[in-house]
Amino acid sequence: MSSRFRSDVASIVVVALTLAALLGGCERERREYHSSPTATAQPHPRLSTLQPGDMLSAPMDPVGLHFENNAYHITQGGRLYRWFNCNGCHANGGGSIGPALMDAQWRYGGRIDQIHASILEGRPNGMPSWRGKMTDQQAWQLSAYIRALSGNVRKDAAPSRREGMRATPPPTRIPSQPPRSGDDSAQTVPAP
Amino acid sequence: MSQRGLHWGIATGSIALLAACNQVQSALAPVADESRAIERVWDLMLWICGPMYVLVLLALGYALWRNRGTGHGRASDRTLWFGLLGFTVLTAGLLTVLTAQSYVQDRRLHAPVVDPVNVRITAKQWWWQVEYLDADPSKQFTTANELHLPVDRPARIELRTSDVIHSLWIPVLNGKEDLIPGHANMITMTPRKVGRYRGQCAEFCGLQHANMALDVRVDDPRAFAAWQSHQRMPGNTPTTRATMAGRNDFTATACAMCHAIGGTDAGGVVGPNLTHLASRSALAAGAMPLNRGTLETWIADPQRHKPGTNMPAVPLQPQQLSDITDYLMSLN
Repeated sequence: MSSRFRSDVASIVVVALTLAALLGGCERERREYHSSPTATAQPHPRLSTLQPGDMLSAPMDPVGLHFENNAYHITQGGRLYRWFNCNGCHANGGGSIGPALMDAQWRYGGRIDQIHASILEGRPNGMPSWRGKMTDQQAWQLSAYIRALSGNVRKDAAPSRREGMRATPPPTRIPSQPPRSGDDSAQTVPAP
Repeated sequence: MSQRGLHWGIATGSIALLAACNQVQSALAPVADESRAIERVWDLMLWICGPMYVLVLLALGYALWRNRGTGHGRASDRTLWFGLLGFTVLTAGLLTVLTAQSYVQDRRLHAPVVDPVNVRITAKQWWWQVEYLDADPSKQFTTANELHLPVDRPARIELRTSDVIHSLWIPVLNGKEDLIPGHANMITMTPRKVGRYRGQCAEFCGLQHANMALDVRVDDPRAFAAWQSHQRMPGNTPTTRATMAGRNDFTATACAMCHAIGGTDAGGVVGPNLTHLASRSALAAGAMPLNRGTLETWIADPQRHKPGTNMPAVPLQPQQLSDITDYLMSLN
């Protein structure tokens, strides 16, 4: 009796765990179309750990994490990447007259809130400011997609299909490259 | 089923059937050479398959009735043989007729045409971009969600898509034709009757597939030429304070990122071209009629009216919203 009872309990636990695992997938595909039309001031994320005095912690904007883990937002970011002509300078992520976005190196930080700030505020030497030209939600979607270009996306959130044709492999097939600060072009001595 | 329920069923069924009687979006009311060819096949199939169905049922009924008392039939082998032979010949003959008709009419759909109007329709989630092509680039223009064609002149339409598979279906003009990513399909339409018709996406293409309609007008040649020359003009220059402020806000905010208005700095190609927006009758690919009120609520919150559409709710001050609406309504 006891062994039978144990196997019943085991199967119930297995079924419950499976259902719980499936429920986790609901959030991944949640499509949020509606964004608040009111503009809110964005906090400025820290780009460097250098500072005078004692070390301060730099908390990350929790909004970013939400966009980073949602397959719909990442896919939508991929469409915006073409529509807003990001590929005009950054190509399909490999870089052209703009720096590459699918490698591990980030001049202004590779966290999603730092990328979001780079898009909205612009950066020296060519990156224009997109503030007021796109909604905040669109900037977050783009940032989430750009994170996925270098494989910085949770496996369960990476969309395996795309709306339209692309030259790059789907985010599920890109190896993960954790962001590191740096600028190789600043290290090389220009030819005389 | 109760008597009352039966009546309701018949009433709603009749209304559903009556919907097929409309002349705007019905394959049974063809107004073009191509759709008439399709209707000829449809008619022949109906007149052959309908009687054949009745014939088979009658034969079945006869067989049931004849053998009710006698058990297995004892028809002479000769009669049975002739009967079967006749039926086989009839079936094969009628199928041959249907195949031949289908082949002949299909040739008509793909017949070469002379002096066509060249149009390129690009389907997007969830609207239609319509480009009128011309060897002279200054005569090309782009519009959205409306297709004007001259009567008695063939139109060659190139079908493309920028995202997923769609299907163009204007039942009064021609059959369905898919729009495939990375591939151009061609379809020809030769309208013969002036009027106002409707097309619709016929391949499930995402959340707002149902709100992806195409306003189709068949004009007489003079009206078509006038419409064409008007569409080639840049958008109206604003004259009042509100419309001038509206143009400035339009080109300075996120609107200009996706939409183009001829004659201004707004040159986005992602969303519908708005150069002559106010001359159209519907908004958001037939999702709502176009007037000042609907346009303003649409800009204020597109996701409320067409959830999932790629147009975001752009943060605008109430005054900006009103000015932009005024400006867009002046673009006839």
